[in-house]
Amino acid sequence: MHLSTDVLVIGAGGAGMYAAIAAARTGAQVILADKNMIGRGGATIMAQMTVAAALSEEEPDTWEDHLADTLAAGRGLCDEALAEVLCRSAPERMREMDGWGVGWARAGGLGGHAGHIRQVTAPGHGRRRCCYVDFLNTGPAVAGTLRKRVGRTAGIRALSNVAITDLVVQEGSVRGALGFAFGDGAELDVAAGATVIATGGLTRLYARSSASNNMAGEGYALALRAGAVLVDMEFVQFFPIGHLAPRLVGMDPIMWDPFRYKLGGRLLNGTMEEFIDRYGGEDDGRYTATRDLATHAIRREVDAGRGSPSGGAWLSFTHVPEAELRHAFGPVIDRLLKNGIDLTRRPVEVAPIAHYHMGGVKVDARMRSTLAGLYAAGEAVGGAAGANRLSGNAISEALVYGEIAGREAARHAGSHAGGWDGGAAAATVRDTAAGPRTAPTPRTVAGGSNGAGGTSAATLMGELRRLMWTKVGPFRDRPGLLAALDRIRAMRADDLPRVPVPRETAFANELADWHELRSALLVAEAVTVAALAREESRGAHQREDFPETAAGFRGNQRVTGQAGTIACRFVPVAPEGVAR
Amino acid sequence: MSATAVLKVARGGPGDADRFDTFEVPYTPGQSILDGLMWIREHADASLAFRFACINANVCKECVMRIDGKNGYACTERLKPGETVLEPLANKRRVRDLACDTVPPKERLARG
Repeated sequence: MHLSTDVLVIGAGGAGMYAAIAAARTGAQVILADKNMIGRGGATIMAQMTVAAALSEEEPDTWEDHLADTLAAGRGLCDEALAEVLCRSAPERMREMDGWGVGWARAGGLGGHAGHIRQVTAPGHGRRRCCYVDFLNTGPAVAGTLRKRVGRTAGIRALSNVAITDLVVQEGSVRGALGFAFGDGAELDVAAGATVIATGGLTRLYARSSASNNMAGEGYALALRAGAVLVDMEFVQFFPIGHLAPRLVGMDPIMWDPFRYKLGGRLLNGTMEEFIDRYGGEDDGRYTATRDLATHAIRREVDAGRGSPSGGAWLSFTHVPEAELRHAFGPVIDRLLKNGIDLTRRPVEVAPIAHYHMGGVKVDARMRSTLAGLYAAGEAVGGAAGANRLSGNAISEALVYGEIAGREAARHAGSHAGGWDGGAAAATVRDTAAGPRTAPTPRTVAGGSNGAGGTSAATLMGELRRLMWTKVGPFRDRPGLLAALDRIRAMRADDLPRVPVPRETAFANELADWHELRSALLVAEAVTVAALAREESRGAHQREDFPETAAGFRGNQRVTGQAGTIACRFVPVAPEGVAR
Repeated sequence: MSATAVLKVARGGPGDADRFDTFEVPYTPGQSILDGLMWIREHADASLAFRFACINANVCKECVMRIDGKNGYACTERLKPGETVLEPLANKRRVRDLACDTVPPKERLARG
């Protein structure tokens, strides 16, 4: 099937839906495609916590203060132009969402519109700056609001269960994409004046992850294969207090974050002592330690034999009266009781979990990638968060970057109509197949001639996720990274081509698995190569063999992956950045 | 503390006669039906079709199916010792196995 549009948006989480709305309201025709269902996959809907914006609802605040906190959290590596546009535009997006009925919690109670918008202080923020929707409902409310808006916006064709697998590049410009329909496995070409990558991050590459199913770095792989530049790929954020035990179903493992905002809680080691202060932070029942520091501290306590029974730390709210727990989290307390967790009686175990990726597609402040016609939005964008993202900035960047990317992509499409060439689309497939370490695509092998009986993509993905967690996870060293790299390259060269891909005509999940693995391996290699090259510890990138931050590494790594070969180039932070 | 659950899963496409595959799934108490289905795809049968997105949070609502005859979410129902029967929703067109056509009509590529 061939489709044609002004703007193609890949991925329908918060960033993708906002991009589609922003493009369509300039008059552009938009196709919004998602591998899962529109507005139900991706990271946004998982978010149970807060959104940062200098709204000054609780106390005077400025975007400049928000920017200063963002840059400080980024450990000297933020792309300041991106961070600035994020902090400057976040209030406008938050007000727009408010007008669309997202339901930010307000003073005066649930659903009441009398009071001002509630804002709390998340770790790393110097002001009460972070909004939320009760109870633990921020992500679903944002996703639901945007989904409704997408449905009401003329000019958007939203397509669920459509996977985009390759971008089509002709004469240096992205002209559209290739993909397939999940439902019946049918191939699909989309000609587009401009394309927005809004596929989120790569946390599904890790065995212990808070990601939804479709976050295996596919957008980064699309960009790499097309020839666009990525940045900061070594910086994967591990959220320090992801739920560990007892097993909790039906709740996001990041849920303890809002609990700590509202109620403090105490983070304790296996001997029931506070410990963050030993690592340069402070706890004392308050939630102030940044994510990289807390992850480091918990890991060190576990290594020293002072972990909780399941290998993490204790988080205790036993000192908080039940009435206060119920006031803050209402029905959530009952959901916890159903899981056998009575917070008034027992602490829970928490441990680091892969949560967010700071790196991504290199863009300018107009969300333009290094390739004409290609834009990125949300977590797919690299650079704004530097070495460590500030709490509360992820949904803000989804909304802010989504709006800019959609608007700019529509503008580009308006002046670059046409240009699609069916031959170029076919050539994209040939180029992909010809890459030195890239397997032939299922387009050419799905007839069943590619070694039926090989290990499934789902099995290999499981192996990759455990490999990344143990060797390219929160703590890294050269031998581990080299071992990971060897295995990833062997999987790319030897295993991927042998994965059997049946030609499914209904619910093509093995075809989807194959494409996911193909992208995941390329992106895993990019993360590992970049992690190997950064011989220092900074923010979320912690090297056991290089524990100090080194001034010589104050810079960003740009990653390319054309013809299947990952290459890194180090670019020092500009001097004007140092002066700030 | 490992146990074994038996998942009896309805297989096939639209209009196919009822056919069940039975999988023995190792688990630790507390794990969800969705954990068990993901285990099957990784370790036993990659072709098994079911919908899910958010995995843990019960927000995407994609994993709704019939569990022992009652509609429920695979991500919040727990694995148990003995047999659990999993079937697609009765009131939706089946795409394959446990996956039904739950995509809103206007979001489908092929309309009509």
